[in-house]
Amino acid sequence: MNLTIKVNGEDWALDVAPADVLLDVLRERIGVKSPKIGCERGDCGSCTVIMDGRTVRSCLILAVEADGHEITTVEGISYDGMSELQTLFIQNNSFQCGFCAPGIVLSATELLDNNPNPTRHDVQEALAGNLCRCTGYEPIIDAVLAAGEGGSE
Amino acid sequence: MTTDYPFEAKPESGELKTVGTSAVRIDGLDKVSGAAEFVDDMDFGPGLLHAAIVESPHAYARIVSIDTSKAEAAKGVVRIATGKDFPYKFGMYMEDRYIFAQDYVRFVGEQVAGVIARSHREAVQAAKLIEVEYEVLTPLLDPKSAVADGAELIHPDLEDYTHVPWFFPQTDTNIAHLRKIRKGDTEKAFAEADYVLEDTYEVPRYAHCAIEPHVTVSKFDQADRLTVWTASQSPHTQRHLFAEALAPLGLTHKDVRVITPYVGGGFGGKAGVSMEIMGAAMATLVKGRPVKLRWTREQEFYNTYQRQGVVAELKVGVMNDGTITAVEHKLYWDAGAYVEYGANVVNAAGLSATGPYRVPNITNDSLCIYTNLPPGGPYRGFGYSEFHFGLESHMDRIAEAIGMDAVEFRRKNAIVEGDELAYGASMNPSGMLEAIDKTAAAIDWGVEEESDNPNTVIGKGIALFWKAPAMPPNSSSASFLKFNEDGSINISVSGMELGQGYLTVMAQIAGEVLSVPVEKIRVETPDTDRNPYEWQTVASHVTWSSGLAVEKAAIEARGKIFDVIHQVYGYEDDSLYLEDEAVKCRTDESFSKPLRDFVIDGIQTEDGTWRGGPIVASGKFMPEFTNANSDPETGQGGHPNVHYTVGATGVVLEIDKDTGRIWVRKAALAVDAGRAINPDLVNGQITGGLVQGLATVLYEDMRFDENGKLLNPNFTDYKIPTAFDIPDEIIPIIVEVPQPDGPFGARGVGEHTMIGAAPVIANAVYNALGVRIKSMPITQEKVAMAIIEKSET
Ligand code: FES
Ligand code: FES
Repeated sequence: MNLTIKVNGEDWALDVAPADVLLDVLRERIGVKSPKIGCERGDCGSCTVIMDGRTVRSCLILAVEADGHEITTVEGISYDGMSELQTLFIQNNSFQCGFCAPGIVLSATELLDNNPNPTRHDVQEALAGNLCRCTGYEPIIDAVLAAGEGGSE
Repeated sequence: MTTDYPFEAKPESGELKTVGTSAVRIDGLDKVSGAAEFVDDMDFGPGLLHAAIVESPHAYARIVSIDTSKAEAAKGVVRIATGKDFPYKFGMYMEDRYIFAQDYVRFVGEQVAGVIARSHREAVQAAKLIEVEYEVLTPLLDPKSAVADGAELIHPDLEDYTHVPWFFPQTDTNIAHLRKIRKGDTEKAFAEADYVLEDTYEVPRYAHCAIEPHVTVSKFDQADRLTVWTASQSPHTQRHLFAEALAPLGLTHKDVRVITPYVGGGFGGKAGVSMEIMGAAMATLVKGRPVKLRWTREQEFYNTYQRQGVVAELKVGVMNDGTITAVEHKLYWDAGAYVEYGANVVNAAGLSATGPYRVPNITNDSLCIYTNLPPGGPYRGFGYSEFHFGLESHMDRIAEAIGMDAVEFRRKNAIVEGDELAYGASMNPSGMLEAIDKTAAAIDWGVEEESDNPNTVIGKGIALFWKAPAMPPNSSSASFLKFNEDGSINISVSGMELGQGYLTVMAQIAGEVLSVPVEKIRVETPDTDRNPYEWQTVASHVTWSSGLAVEKAAIEARGKIFDVIHQVYGYEDDSLYLEDEAVKCRTDESFSKPLRDFVIDGIQTEDGTWRGGPIVASGKFMPEFTNANSDPETGQGGHPNVHYTVGATGVVLEIDKDTGRIWVRKAALAVDAGRAINPDLVNGQITGGLVQGLATVLYEDMRFDENGKLLNPNFTDYKIPTAFDIPDEIIPIIVEVPQPDGPFGARGVGEHTMIGAAPVIANAVYNALGVRIKSMPITQEKVAMAIIEKSET
């Protein structure tokens, strides 16, 4: 089946099988590796991508469902350097192994786009679908809150 | 132990500039930008093949026959592997496993065969076509029944297994190793004690749940070279075990190369060798083609290491003044079907099962028991998290029984420098008392708090912890260091960046010695062909051990730098020092030679010739004061552990009296890091470890059915913490009583931060409700039931 998709600003036309999952197509066919395979059943959020401005779990979406849509990953938001949020994540030593980071960066970016001044509870809610086994979330939440305060200036 | 500080690394000013600062992680940008490459992200081209595994549906069965004919004919299939292809044993501390099952399967999920196909989907499809006939046997699913008289032997050939000299398998039983400690006269001490408390505590199995599943790509090329890219904590140990297990194929160590890029969390689950050996072995069947084997989340739960369960029978005697006089701790470990790694967890726990207390009379029996459940193995805390649950619960109960404050009781008995350990050696310097006091202060210990909500009650708890690295006595680390033209540095080591911040800490240590800022230092991830040896990244030992190797390399490089300056300018070496990336001289203040001017090209002399050249150095460290030779009957005589790291955990929690729901309002954790090379990263370990530990006590739990099948191998049914499931407030406290032989005084803290979490909740629940829960996890349901039971009595 034909798939026309925009990934990080670039147009792609591919022939995919009906059962192909968006996550696999992004990783194996398009070569975008920041969305990670963590559980393949929607539980962990490490495969998070932004589709038309909203985060989705790319392991739960068939590639053909993304036909005609626009996908953004961490690679896409990093071409022009780090965003303020990403910079705060780095300065705050927010991540440890970093496997969850691409998904969390996108979920937090979406949150700040819609709610520039989130509360701690808002941040927890926005990240509740992204599992991180290393950090205990605190240093991640702190950085998102700091980015929110920056946004309000 | 030796307290000689082996290396000289003091800065000129006497003040550390890099060590002790919360430097930004050198891998931060990689990870936040998406640049960080994990094994599954690497490209291997169109020749890449994919493997899938056929697994046993039975916990215990004899394999009658395997029919692979249908699978062989399936689309895309390149090769099938079974136990017949690799009749070779392997194992970390005891060789009790095969690459693929031979005649018997011993747990649900055990690998029976593998399919290599051109696509992942084809491999999975074909694996379903392999027909295995089993004769089903009755499994032994708990350690107590496996040691009962007349229990069937899960490994009848136990006595023939090769193992390390400090293991003591019990022939004709299911006890693969028995670690005994006998010190003083426990019987007499109990008879003379004013108060003795005896009880049993139970801890189930747990899963590591690193978010990155195990994945490995292996290639055996036409020149008989095996290269394995793997998500591992242990590149050199993997190379060693691959080379040993596959030696019958003609492989030697130099023919095996293990490459480990970033790894997405380990927690012990990626230590040693587990599924990787299947990938490595299968690749030898398809020369020249890379083969990828990636575990699904389900396999991640049931066919890697699991944290072992334990039944702990504990008896402690005290005098009325609160002095502990005797401890008898019997630990019955559910070690699973293969114990090649897990037996050392049992060993480590047995050596230290008194906890961080001064105890004159000790009887410890730590039994490594085969069961028909998945193999137990290393998990952050390495046996200590497990036995501390009962031990620290017990200490609270004793304090209450003799009318002593729980903190005071612990202060009185806490082990301090010079006290004798269970195996006879003496305790290293430790900030335990400071850790206790600061933790107690952080949670306002002794101040009773009442909830504003009539439906909830508030409880406080405290628990101590200690842990020593568990490793062979001669585990070692090495490092290479080289300067670049601009005065920047590349360091290669073979410890793994698991997330703990290892690369950054190594850069800080070298940077301190060489006066080079962390941003100008790259620390490379391992490739066993190029990076020098490291045993493994486990045991919370790499900051200490690999840190010493890096410190030594930096000192060697500094010496070479001074030699060049001496040759050219005549200044004596001992008048020179490094500051702000330049060589300076105490006897000539005007002298300053920037490193970038000469660390590659050397220095031109007056006659136009050059001196010096590229500055390269190496360092190594192996503890030379340890030995694992002790009397099997008493455990006395050896010096198995290098040192202990100690600390304390405290919580304030709130419990809904109707539903049993628990909220952790405040959690404080003090750990004696010796010296925090990077305080922010130590705080990261405190926060992450504490949250991981709290999850094990509050809700995580592996559930098996009556046939030994794991019922909850996914994140829906085995819940790990989300961003909502964290304490309202975490107070990390760093104590710094230097480790005399540590790099700048540092010792490890990575595992320790989860050890106190389980008992501290048990103690706080008791404090709030007056109910003592003696089995983990302390779920909402269990608390609610306990409240009902208590109101009925
Ligand atoms: S891989 Fe998609 S949610 Fe886990
Ligand atoms: S940093 Fe390791 S999973 Fe989040």
